[in-house]
Amino acid sequence: MTAKTLFEKVWERHEVVPETPDTPAVLYIDLHLTHEVTSPQAFSVLRSRGLEVRRRDRTLVTMDHSTPTDTAQVFGGVPIALDSAAKQVRQLELNCAEFGLDLIGLRDQRRGIVHIIGPELGATQPGKTIVCGDSHTSTHGAFGALAFGIGTTEVGYVLATQCLLQRKAKTLAIEVAGRLGPGVTAKDLVLAIIGRIGVNGGTGHVIEFRGPAIAALSMDERMTVCNMSIEAGARAGMVAPDETTFAYLKGRPRAPQGEAWERAIADWRTLGSDPGASFDKSVHIDSGAVEPMITYGTNPGMVAPVSGRVPERPGDAVFARALAYMGLEPGSSLRDQPVQVVFIGSCTNARLSDLELAARVFQGHKVAPGVRALVVPGSQQIKREAEALGLAQIFIDAGAEWRESGCSMCLGMNGDTVDPGLYCVSTSNRNFEGRQGLGSRTLLASPATAAAAAIRGRVTDPREFIH
Amino acid sequence: MDPITVIRSRTVVMPSTNIDTDQIIPARFLTTTTREGLGTALFADLRKAPDGSPRPDFILNRPESQGCQVLVAGRNIGCGSSREHAPWALLDYGFRAVVSTEIADIFRNNSLKNGLLPVVVDEATHQWLLANPGAEVAIDLPAAALRLPGGREVTFPIEPFARYCLMNGIDEMEFLLGKAGAIAAYEARLA
Repeated sequence: MTAKTLFEKVWERHEVVPETPDTPAVLYIDLHLTHEVTSPQAFSVLRSRGLEVRRRDRTLVTMDHSTPTDTAQVFGGVPIALDSAAKQVRQLELNCAEFGLDLIGLRDQRRGIVHIIGPELGATQPGKTIVCGDSHTSTHGAFGALAFGIGTTEVGYVLATQCLLQRKAKTLAIEVAGRLGPGVTAKDLVLAIIGRIGVNGGTGHVIEFRGPAIAALSMDERMTVCNMSIEAGARAGMVAPDETTFAYLKGRPRAPQGEAWERAIADWRTLGSDPGASFDKSVHIDSGAVEPMITYGTNPGMVAPVSGRVPERPGDAVFARALAYMGLEPGSSLRDQPVQVVFIGSCTNARLSDLELAARVFQGHKVAPGVRALVVPGSQQIKREAEALGLAQIFIDAGAEWRESGCSMCLGMNGDTVDPGLYCVSTSNRNFEGRQGLGSRTLLASPATAAAAAIRGRVTDPREFIH
Repeated sequence: MDPITVIRSRTVVMPSTNIDTDQIIPARFLTTTTREGLGTALFADLRKAPDGSPRPDFILNRPESQGCQVLVAGRNIGCGSSREHAPWALLDYGFRAVVSTEIADIFRNNSLKNGLLPVVVDEATHQWLLANPGAEVAIDLPAAALRLPGGREVTFPIEPFARYCLMNGIDEMEFLLGKAGAIAAYEARLA
């Protein structure tokens, strides 16, 4: 029997009709995550064609992108400040009512960023195909699922047929050896990987992250790594399920229970790539050499160690334009670059362990004068846990804002934005021009580096705070 | 969707690499619940000053760009967010094809679903296009070929089923709905 990769095994299990030279495969989708931004036009198509949602039980709907993080607007009866956002939230409520879908709505205690609540509820499981009208769907690959972002037209296909037309992607193995050093996080690792292979290094491929350094990561850390697969251009990122995966899922509300659980893990154990399975490409990374990283440019591949310098690329006009946007000089030191805003949040880094790490750095310190620090938990459950553990109080005592969950300042759709020209150290995933608001300048980093920057008011090596 | 055969147009050139979908349409325009009228938001932050006035130096604001239907972009256009608002905005503005050496996966898929042709060309052809803005080109979908002035022709890769659908104005939803029997059989095996 031919040795197969994890991706190939999951793919083959979901072929309703295999691909031919003339037609793509009809691929079955086990779980469809839906949110307010990329669904309204898909529901309109269903309505105009007289179609229903084929599998309501496989459709998980929530709102996260344009929702407020201000407690008064979420729970206090104060209207949502942004009219267009309020309208979009209302439209999702209407669409769910019309099509008979359960909605995890604005005031639901299970609500959160869609890529955080899928795993939290145990809906994300090994071997599943998972799609969402959002590119960071790659997050769920941390469980050994095949999970990828789709557009709104495809959201409509999945609502109506539970299937997509897909060509099989190529495979890219990223083998990660060694162990991350103290104060170095999964975020630093994935930024280093993107710096190495480039923002188009994974185009057309599904990445499998492998090797001892990946096996040693927690589920939260694996999600951070897989989340940013798309920033390397990859269709998806995956990690083979193992005991860490099973321990995370056991007992979660939507995970299999009892005998079904035993059967499920026996099956999940067979999913990992077979010895000798071949990949179209492979890359080797030594995680022991990775340092705390920070971006200096306008895509996540423009990244350097916090202790490093902005590179010099004479004659590269695109590079020069990116630095001009960022207001940074080639060859300048990144450490001590002043920052005015710090955002700790997003589907990349707003899970409980991210907040614990940030709180460890903040403990006993204050946010520097003139710096606005925003801490936005990834879900309402994480918010409750962080409050119970005293983490929220550490943030509040330090002078940071503690908010309701949502995508928030990662893309600033809900009004949480960075003002023009200001520098924001952000634990999110994209430093594109204007991503966090018109003229905003984003420096992507880990929660530890972000917290350290908030305390000092400038880019700081977090290892000064972590011993 | 109307069937597509040949697109003839002058080109507009944006040589920047990695033009992400946040640049194509910034997130603040995504609170819309329809797909119409997004052309006004296309490249909003590059096209318009904060007060809403057009930036005269931006390529789409120049007189020679008016009416052009083919956008030639630097390497790796469409990376980042999966927002289908990006091809919707390009189409609503009047573009019908995007040409580069690399086009990001989700953006390419979304473009095909809406009749915006993603045309991937080799490095030499790309260099020629970047150096000759305003060139009169023809994109021949049935032949999967891009014709340059002077009769030079290069073929481009395009997924055969997507091409068939675009040439015949067929929508993939119909095809998938037609597989209802196979889908039901698959679901029966799952249960």
